[in-house]
Amino acid sequence: MKQTVLVGALALAGLSAGVAGAATLDDVKARGKLNCGVTTGLTGFANPNANGEWEGFDVAVCRAVAAAILGDPTAIEFVPTTGKTRFTALASGEIDMLARNTTWTFTRDVDLKFEFVGVNYYDGQGFMVPKELGVSSAKELDGATVCIQTGTTTELNLADFFRANNMEYEPVPVETDNEAQQQYLAGACDAYTTDASGLAAVRATFEAPGDHILLPEIISKEPLGPLVRHGDNEWGDIVRWTLNALIAAEEYGITSANVDELAQGTESPEINRILGTEGSLGEMLGLNADWAKNAIKAGGNYGELFEKNIGEATPIGLARGLNAQWTNGGLLYAPPFR
Amino acid sequence: MTETHFVRTQMIEEQEPPGATTGAVGWMRENLFSSPLNAILSLLSLAFIYWLLAQALPWLISPTWQANSLTECREIIAEAGYGGACWGLIRERFLQFIFGFYPPHLYWRVVLDFALLAVALAPILFTGLPRKMLYFSAVYPFLMPWLLWGGTIWTPVMAAVGFVIGYLAQRFLKPVVGDLAATILAFVLPVVWWIFLAGPVPNAFASILPLAIETVESRAFGGYMLSITIGVVAIALSLPIGILLALGRQSDLLIVRSLSVGFIEFIRGVPLITLLFVASTLLNIFMPPGTDFDIILRVIIMVTLFASAYMAEVIRGGLAALPRGQYEAADALGLDFWMAQRLIIMPQALKISIPGIVSTFIGVFKDTTLVSIIGLLDPLGLSRAILADSNWNGIVWEIYGFIAVMFFIFCFSMSRYSMYLERKLRTEHR
Repeated sequence: MKQTVLVGALALAGLSAGVAGAATLDDVKARGKLNCGVTTGLTGFANPNANGEWEGFDVAVCRAVAAAILGDPTAIEFVPTTGKTRFTALASGEIDMLARNTTWTFTRDVDLKFEFVGVNYYDGQGFMVPKELGVSSAKELDGATVCIQTGTTTELNLADFFRANNMEYEPVPVETDNEAQQQYLAGACDAYTTDASGLAAVRATFEAPGDHILLPEIISKEPLGPLVRHGDNEWGDIVRWTLNALIAAEEYGITSANVDELAQGTESPEINRILGTEGSLGEMLGLNADWAKNAIKAGGNYGELFEKNIGEATPIGLARGLNAQWTNGGLLYAPPFR
Repeated sequence: MTETHFVRTQMIEEQEPPGATTGAVGWMRENLFSSPLNAILSLLSLAFIYWLLAQALPWLISPTWQANSLTECREIIAEAGYGGACWGLIRERFLQFIFGFYPPHLYWRVVLDFALLAVALAPILFTGLPRKMLYFSAVYPFLMPWLLWGGTIWTPVMAAVGFVIGYLAQRFLKPVVGDLAATILAFVLPVVWWIFLAGPVPNAFASILPLAIETVESRAFGGYMLSITIGVVAIALSLPIGILLALGRQSDLLIVRSLSVGFIEFIRGVPLITLLFVASTLLNIFMPPGTDFDIILRVIIMVTLFASAYMAEVIRGGLAALPRGQYEAADALGLDFWMAQRLIIMPQALKISIPGIVSTFIGVFKDTTLVSIIGLLDPLGLSRAILADSNWNGIVWEIYGFIAVMFFIFCFSMSRYSMYLERKLRTEHR
């Protein structure tokens, strides 16, 4: 008998179907909420805390975008997506943007018709081995058994790496990160391979992290970034420049602590343009003049977000590495705000 | 010579049975050590149980309830020198496991909802209770979604009105347009009502008399409340739909029969996970972009359809087991089709099918965990999200053990109830 409600809802859905089709920005403003796709759980990048609030490095990007558009970093509906549902959720419009440690690849960009708006984390595939194995380079792994998650690009990268170096290996397929940890700790495999950030997060949970080492070789490029649908470039611009604003804010020393003070006006024209006291960048995006100020205030600039969620002070303890500003030898390089 | 007769003039007092056959000793002699082989097997089993407990108990009894992270757990265990499990995780996330992301100040609505569910189910499950309670059971299906999702009260009221329309059509149009037409109208009119009027009318009423409670988005559903919501709705709906499908499959009307057979065979031929993927991804693509068709409703519909197809076959088994004479007797009494079904066929067919029906129920309830694959945070999906918290990452046994125990409690109670029902309904061989 409860079917009536379902049918009623079906009817409602049918009625509201005609409304769709407007620009994403208008939809978000009308809804008063940003629908942001995240993972169902990845240490440091997205997970719900005990109060049910989502937190993590990818989540912070969503919050910055919501703050830039709506002025409120909590005006978000987080939609947990799995590796299998993430792209259809985005393509169908169920979510407005996806920030789910997704590697920017040619086919995803071109064939699946998405637009990667930038990179918020440069990752790469690495290896973890127990110290007692006495291995100091991935090149010495000839004949090793390797735990590997099935159906991922890491599986293909691993095969490529071993073939290129003319080595043999025996894969031990596992389904999830948790299973991999258990298998690796139980000694079912000599080495565990996945993204370096994931390895660091896994090692941090071990009872004796010091007994395991991450090998220096990074065998693949995994630029992870937020993405949007093809076809709404104005919306893509908003997400892209919000991410750029976070990166530029770190470069110019704008932090969540001093952003209010700097927004009063400074000597630097670039900072003034970012924070909306000079020029009309916000207006060009269709947002308020203080869009970037709100985005930075939401959780801080890129560096602050990094330190808070995955940086060296956290259990995950990732070094900046490639994710340092270009001025510090990293790859982060925000285009000029003018 | 006098004959001596030894005749007892009074009864001997009733004696205690020999000590070796009563009490714990007797029970053990009879059940555990009745023969050398049994004795050996018993001892081996006891040794095995002891070994299991010796392994598990020291791990289970662990002073870690107050820990706030895995690291703290390890410190506590190292300090205490015993224990192994990290129960702080369960303490910290218990409410999340039960309520998902439901707003904490509205937890009472979920609790009330499930308490009322028990009240609504009681008169259906136990015939000893006052029959008047059934009225509440009829109202409950409309009350339940309102309490869970919130919003205006007029939506469930209007949904209920559809059924009233159907009933009235059946009741009053029968003399006017005939039996078959009335039955068809009783199906068609409510559908017309729901599709065209159930949308705007509640809005009109709501603007006159806004009786509404705070709305909760489907995205906030999670944990056991999500499993139970999906499970209960699918279970409650699959039985009537299954009965209709089973009857449809045996019908003489070609179209009804083909549709029923086609539906049942199609749904049974497809894995549930495929249907869930259709619900979560394909439906989205087919519908106009921006359509916000609630993901949980989509999943509930799919799980219900899936369960209905299996239920139809279980009930068809019951129908097939019924002797031909029962149908003929119903015909001989002059009962029409629906009366015969209601009074004679179904009570017997359903009784035969109870074990199968309850097995399907239990299966459906456990299948709800599959929704974690499409990104809904049921207990299993939630466990993955919780383990991603860097405080708890690395815990495995505690969290899955907890989920398993909770599921076992639900499923075991269902199975016990079915056994109770079977005993109560066993009328023929007493």
